[in-house]
Amino acid sequence: MQPMMSRRAPVRGSRRQAGHHARSVKQGVQARRGWSDMAGLALGALVGVLAWGTAAQAQATLAITAPHASSASAPAAAPPGDSAGTWVSPGKDYANTRYSPLDQITTANVGQLKELWSYTTGIQDGHEGQPLVVNGTMYIVTPFPDKLIAFDLSKPGPAKKWEYDPPVNPVAFGKACCDDVNRGASYADGKIVFNTLDNHTVAVDAATGKLVWSTKLGDPNTGETMTMAPLIVNGRVIVGDSGGEMAVWGWAQALDLKTGRVLWRARNTGPDRDVLIGPGFKPFYSWMQGKDLGTTSWRGQQWKIGGSASWGWVSYDPELDLIYFGTSNPGVWNPDMRPGDNLWSTTIWARDPKTGEARWAYQMTPHDQWDYDGVNENILADLPINGTVRKVLVHFDRNGFGYTIDRATGEVLVAEPFKTVNWASKVDLKTGRPVLNADKATHQGRLTKDVCPSSSGAKDEQPAAFSPQTKLFYVPSTNLCMDYGGIEARYISGTPYVGAAVRMYAGPGGNGARGEFLAWDAATGKKVWGITEKFPVWSGTLVTAGGVVFYGTLDGDFKAVDAKTGKVLWKTHFESGIVGNPITYTGSDGKQYIAVYSGVGGWMGAIVPGKLSIDDPWAALGAVGAVPDLPSVTKPGGMLHVFAVQ
Amino acid sequence: MRVRIPGGAALMAITGLMLAGPVHRIQPPAAAPRAFRVCADPNNMPFSSSRRDGFENRIAELLAHDLRLPVEYAWLPQGRGFIRKTLNAGLCDVVMGVPRDYDMVRTTHPYFRSTYAFVFRASSPYAVRTMDDSVLRRLRIGIHVIGDDYQNTPPAEALAARGIIDNVVGFPIFGDYGKPDPAAAIIHAVARDSIDVAIVWGPFAGYFATREHVPLTVVPLEHAVDASGQPFAYDISLGVRHADSAFAVLLDSLLVRDRAAITGILRTYGVPLLPVTATRSAAGDERLTVPVAHSSPTQE
Repeated sequence: MQPMMSRRAPVRGSRRQAGHHARSVKQGVQARRGWSDMAGLALGALVGVLAWGTAAQAQATLAITAPHASSASAPAAAPPGDSAGTWVSPGKDYANTRYSPLDQITTANVGQLKELWSYTTGIQDGHEGQPLVVNGTMYIVTPFPDKLIAFDLSKPGPAKKWEYDPPVNPVAFGKACCDDVNRGASYADGKIVFNTLDNHTVAVDAATGKLVWSTKLGDPNTGETMTMAPLIVNGRVIVGDSGGEMAVWGWAQALDLKTGRVLWRARNTGPDRDVLIGPGFKPFYSWMQGKDLGTTSWRGQQWKIGGSASWGWVSYDPELDLIYFGTSNPGVWNPDMRPGDNLWSTTIWARDPKTGEARWAYQMTPHDQWDYDGVNENILADLPINGTVRKVLVHFDRNGFGYTIDRATGEVLVAEPFKTVNWASKVDLKTGRPVLNADKATHQGRLTKDVCPSSSGAKDEQPAAFSPQTKLFYVPSTNLCMDYGGIEARYISGTPYVGAAVRMYAGPGGNGARGEFLAWDAATGKKVWGITEKFPVWSGTLVTAGGVVFYGTLDGDFKAVDAKTGKVLWKTHFESGIVGNPITYTGSDGKQYIAVYSGVGGWMGAIVPGKLSIDDPWAALGAVGAVPDLPSVTKPGGMLHVFAVQ
Repeated sequence: MRVRIPGGAALMAITGLMLAGPVHRIQPPAAAPRAFRVCADPNNMPFSSSRRDGFENRIAELLAHDLRLPVEYAWLPQGRGFIRKTLNAGLCDVVMGVPRDYDMVRTTHPYFRSTYAFVFRASSPYAVRTMDDSVLRRLRIGIHVIGDDYQNTPPAEALAARGIIDNVVGFPIFGDYGKPDPAAAIIHAVARDSIDVAIVWGPFAGYFATREHVPLTVVPLEHAVDASGQPFAYDISLGVRHADSAFAVLLDSLLVRDRAAITGILRTYGVPLLPVTATRSAAGDERLTVPVAHSSPTQE
């Protein structure tokens, strides 16, 4: 059990100001080795106050600006090491808001944003994820082979400090289904922690680039891979697996931050003892209550290879002491072979980070037939709903519903479509179950036409952001529908079979509207504004206290938008499309910077690096047909771009 | 005598001399091939292995020998994205076995046809012949699961269509890829009596069933297409990139020329063989009455 920072209570605006001063200087304190964390916190706070007028001042006065004083409604507790000007955790804070309190860049001056430097990674594949910035250093993890590169931000960029190349088993490259992405690292306790495609979680010394520990969690020879970004909570590294369709038995695990030792593992299907369901488990809806539902909601032994991997984002509420993450589809089995709800696929978990025990669960797409993985991020916020402030999580699912869920109990408060949805007519809030449209069911050998959303989802892993200023969620979304079924010849491992051909195409609005970047009010389940995009929006989102939202497009536009109105204030164009997530940070000169990857790939962009044949609209699970024009407007790439207002 | 092959047009001319037929006037490939470059799985017997001892490896050697070229391999597990990462990445020029209707590549004419097959212990008190045999409702049935989001092999779909669900056990076709023959685990399970019958693609059945220490019976499925609509029988072709029409024509010539030798190789590996169908996209419920190969340790 690690002595660790005492958990922070949910941060409201004024408290965050004070905390930031101490934390920003504590960076310097932490850089020195040998401080125990608890002592470091206390001493750091003291040093912070004393040193305020000296080393920290330039940074603090420019970077530390109070968010506006009214009720900032995000319990955006900061991970240890975080401050306004750093980015130590994938979603910025534990709540995964991707909101930065930096406000030097504003709606008024963002039009003057200029690219200051860039770095070419040398890998031309989908660059998902985001950089980290801490202690004056920027850290990026490339796609396979998952290189960790550190840049010295005190020098003109790119000033590469060191590179750590993990020895990744190339078998993993052959197994990864969709692209060999890496969704990024987390920083804590002087270590950069990330996953490799071949199922290692790796901790590297943030100062020197030397390996601290590496823990093998799976064998890529069995089809399992890892792509997700870990979350570090109280000395525990929370990770999950990928490869749900590859007959894996999905899991999440916690590793000891100091040693990499596995502390607990929770399976996502199977008997309660493997799923870590015990007397503390209190799902809100009755159909998720009962013994061993992770086996009884299947037939026979199918749960043993029930998929349901945890390849998405993890968030954490320190006050409730719960981590939240979702599970993927049960795709290894044809749906007709697995009647039943197939728990706990397409499920949002709330678990105790100490023990992994489940506290509640909510399954979004029982008996999934459309490939609607449930792994998208869960953003934590406190929102006024029907006159009462509720502690919620907000989740934009592949299945097209935007869920607002009480994060203490798992009760669904709001579930409204944020894109066109027709596989279900609605979610019944009394039972928590979707009300299915029978004509959108899918069966082998039957063609089901015009199913919305397509398998790639109304939104995939690309994360949304939440602004406590506007109380709006900023959502990268996709407007595609699909025909599912019919027969096409396939083969795997020398074995021929026929598969359901999935043809994806533009939803309502046509090819000029295959994507949308929208602002969403999660208290009411309504879109507030939207920016129509020609291609699905496959990048993540950043929103700042300066009132600016950033996102990127598949054909390479990087845009800054007014968070209140949706007006595009600035844009630039990259050599390759954007599937990564922008961040912001304070440089050593006290200025605010923006950083983002270019490098198109991921599922929707697979047509570009993979040189898929355009004359086959069914290829890459249908994604090719949806965006056959993409290769004509962008090309493979892989770069890190850094901007500031000049 | 080793013939140097200087260029595409010359290649076609030489081929024309080798074969009895006329030389085709086709756009030659842009550069002279230095090798017969094959995209293949390094650990997938009986098809292919890094030891080059699978039947696809043997057939590749045969064709390459015709062209006086060495065989080179781009190795990758044959999973999702295989074509994208190998053939379409330009790392190799031919895939040795794809369904003839496989749209991701340009296919040659098929060089063999096979079907899914039951595999069970010869000493069993039951025999399984068709998907409608009532005994299937009681037996422990093994099938390969292939990891292609919601798609499964035809036996899986046919069983589900009949409501045969609870007694079905899935064997990931990749198994433990770090060990040899990961797809064979299902046959080992039959031999060990962990399951009663496996329903697998014919070449797996014919090859591994003869290599177990207990006699196993292989019964190819009779119907080309199941009542549920699932095809059990498939014609298998070579596959090249869509643009490589000249190469496909060349390969077709070689397949005709080497038909007897190729069939001989397939028989050696115990592949259950059916007559290749005449037309593309052969469907329909043709009932096959051709006797098919039964493999047991007493044969071959």
